[in-house]
Amino acid sequence: MVVGELAEQTEVVVIGGGPGGYVAAFRAADLGLQTTLVDVAPVLGGVCLREGCIPSKALLHVAHLMEDAQLAGEFGVTFGPPRVELDKLRAWKQSVVERLCGGINLLASKRGVRVIRGRARFEDSRTVRVDGDGVTILRFNHAIIATGSRAKRLPESIIPTDCCMDSTAALTLETVPKTLLVVGGGYIGLELGQVYAALGSRVTIMEVLDRILTGADQDLLRPLLARLKKQFDDVLTGVTLQGARKVGQEIEVTFVKDGQPQTRMFERVLVCVGRQPNSDDLGLEKTRVVVNQNGFIEVDEARRTADKRIYAIGDVAGNPMLAHKASHEGLVAAEAIAGKPSVFDARAIPAVVYTSPEIAWCGLTEEEARSKGLEIRVGKFNWAASGRAVAMGRPEGLTKVIADAGTGRVLGVGVVGQRADDLIAEATLAIEMGARAEDLAMTIHPHPSASETLMEAAESVLGTAIHMLRK
Amino acid sequence: MFEFKLPDLGEGVHEGQIVNVLVKEGDTVAEYQPMLEVETDKAAVEIPAPKAGRVAKIHVQTGQVVKVGQVLVSIDEAGAVAAAEQPATAAPVPPAGKATLGVAVGPPAPTVVGPKPTSVETEPAQPVAAAPAVRRLARELNVDIAQVPGTGPGGRVLREDVERFAAGRAAPAAAVPGAVGPARTSVAGAELPDFSQYGPVRREVVPQIRKTIARQMTRAWVNVPRVTHCDQADITELERNRTQYNEAVGPDGTKLSLTAIVIKAVAAGLRRFPMLNSSYDAAAEEIIYKDYVHIGVAVDTPRGLVVPVLRDADRKSLPQVAAELVDLSQRARAAKFEIADLRGATFTITNVGALGGTFVTPMVNYPEVGILGLGRARMEAVVRDGQIVPRLMLPISLSFDHRVVDGADAARFVADLIRSLENPLRLISLM
Repeated sequence: MVVGELAEQTEVVVIGGGPGGYVAAFRAADLGLQTTLVDVAPVLGGVCLREGCIPSKALLHVAHLMEDAQLAGEFGVTFGPPRVELDKLRAWKQSVVERLCGGINLLASKRGVRVIRGRARFEDSRTVRVDGDGVTILRFNHAIIATGSRAKRLPESIIPTDCCMDSTAALTLETVPKTLLVVGGGYIGLELGQVYAALGSRVTIMEVLDRILTGADQDLLRPLLARLKKQFDDVLTGVTLQGARKVGQEIEVTFVKDGQPQTRMFERVLVCVGRQPNSDDLGLEKTRVVVNQNGFIEVDEARRTADKRIYAIGDVAGNPMLAHKASHEGLVAAEAIAGKPSVFDARAIPAVVYTSPEIAWCGLTEEEARSKGLEIRVGKFNWAASGRAVAMGRPEGLTKVIADAGTGRVLGVGVVGQRADDLIAEATLAIEMGARAEDLAMTIHPHPSASETLMEAAESVLGTAIHMLRK
Repeated sequence: MFEFKLPDLGEGVHEGQIVNVLVKEGDTVAEYQPMLEVETDKAAVEIPAPKAGRVAKIHVQTGQVVKVGQVLVSIDEAGAVAAAEQPATAAPVPPAGKATLGVAVGPPAPTVVGPKPTSVETEPAQPVAAAPAVRRLARELNVDIAQVPGTGPGGRVLREDVERFAAGRAAPAAAVPGAVGPARTSVAGAELPDFSQYGPVRREVVPQIRKTIARQMTRAWVNVPRVTHCDQADITELERNRTQYNEAVGPDGTKLSLTAIVIKAVAAGLRRFPMLNSSYDAAAEEIIYKDYVHIGVAVDTPRGLVVPVLRDADRKSLPQVAAELVDLSQRARAAKFEIADLRGATFTITNVGALGGTFVTPMVNYPEVGILGLGRARMEAVVRDGQIVPRLMLPISLSFDHRVVDGADAARFVADLIRSLENPLRLISLM
């Protein structure tokens, strides 16, 4: 510390203003703790609001809209090919982001949370130095690290940085390339792939593992794969990237698939190979905080680190890297600091892929349950038999319920189809409440709706589904 | 590989402390061979091997607190044959697709994979069925939700279940509205001073049995308005008869102890004064009269106070009671009894006379309503018909729960008991 720099006191300092950080800060303030929130960006919201979840959902909405308009031809309503004004689309997406970020900033000021723009680094276990417009030294009683994550890069030798873009850059929608290679078959790559495909790009996916979207059960992927076959040029799995280089206006990519080396040309390359936690450049070595070999900060069930006054939440604290998991952890950490016996004991965390069709799951997947050797019963309901799905012209879909064979307890639910993101919430509640398949089956669901597929899938576990024949 | 878990030890007993591990890894055990000694709320019990085999791994150590259902010992049933490799009963290895090496993509995993909990106890097979808010309530009340009996559909734990459990902790019966919470063993605000500032001190961890006694005594103290009625019985004639009988009974017969005789006299008295053979349900404002007489007999053992129960004392003959009393005391001292042996008493007798003492004010053994304490019988100078004569006098103290029993009842009961002890023929006629 330099002479002349005054140290300010704060009860709680939250580092990072994303869905983890701002939720933690607001809860702490609501519990009466004097809270300071530090973020590097000019507005709060983190990656989620500014350059992740929100802008991608805005663009996906547009992409799916265009897709639906095209489908309407089958119903007797034909729209001409859409005219896309990229500037206007970009501006609208930006307005969505600004509106939501503005809301967060307003909530912060109304709660009396002091917001400091700048980069925070620990000086010791009680002090943080924030470098922004000026320098602020904060002495805190408690700290919550919510610095999130950033996109992983591939080594320069495989793809030089000037040959590729990451998801943040992809969302800025500079241009719509004629051909786009998406490296990585995870949810980010697939979502962005569909956006660009809707806008006119010819998209190719390359994934190193033998299937896309590991984490989801195979049967949930089928409807998506069928659609991607039509939308994308190619979905290649088992691919090992060898190298890439600029050739004129394009990028030449060399790779190996099934033992065969190949070369293809693409106008643009998008690399989505996962994200890594932002635990570096925080000064953590000056504290007792422990970071594991994957870069995650080690925490206990109340999200406390090895340094008792410091907590860590969100992407920087571990998988799954999801905004809603970060928010929930933010509540736990704030409450723990306020002296409540809060712990992170969520029984199920939903995951959603916003492709078209959407895929969502929570609790155990069938694959996980079987690999644990659990005795399970799986009930499936095919959306071809769902009145709502057929009437929407989107009959491709599946809802599955995985239940304990002995007790009937719902262990996991998987959905593929429109509105999967809304459906999965009921499933998550069911697991949290310890519901059994019969509870889902015996609850009246509205007809016609996508939600009743959950009821039917549960009935299938019990063998009593009306709209399906027993095998 | 057989994973031996701590079996259910009886109602309301959820955990115990390992006192002794009797086998080592590598030992061959026979079925029913004792493997561990576990001390519970009531007493220490031996845990026998459920199957024959080789002890592959002992998961616990002396002093550790274990919960019902927790894995204690792994037994290799393949037998005494030195089986170096473990049988492959583990779940199949997760599919290779899950491995994330190199530049693999990591989509969000749906289950809670992140930070580990700080607890090192084994997780139950399925998490307890309880809503998130109920789980939070359990945390706030410092209740282990896995121990709460659930009354919701399918055994779901409801809010009321957690509240009831917290109020009645070791006694799952309905919380007593008028009584102070019995779970604590000290009054709030009673902070201890630093004793070491006055001289050297030594701290010792409290064993399970002492914890239980402390809890039980606090509950009794707080719930029972206790009054003690004291009197003396002239047992000169009784003792003369008893000594003669024991001499005549021979080496194979059962000798009668004074305590055995008192047990029979008390048992008969309880049939004539049923309010002393009852329990008080404060919540329902009802007295529960019991149509059976089981006498708890306080036994001092090396581990502490244990109260085994002599059942149907009113229906057994005096020699039967005497023989059973000897057996119960021996087994209590040797720690060779079941939890069930300690349950169901309707009244307790405590004889400290062997160690000395006259009148005592014993603690009522809640939820009973009466306890009889016997002091040391002494030759005393007593006035009879204007003359001072030496008589053998036995001090008798009856502590009772004044919510149920009034002083007059207690006095009448004791007077009746003394009449039986002072007149052996009356005693016989009542048996």
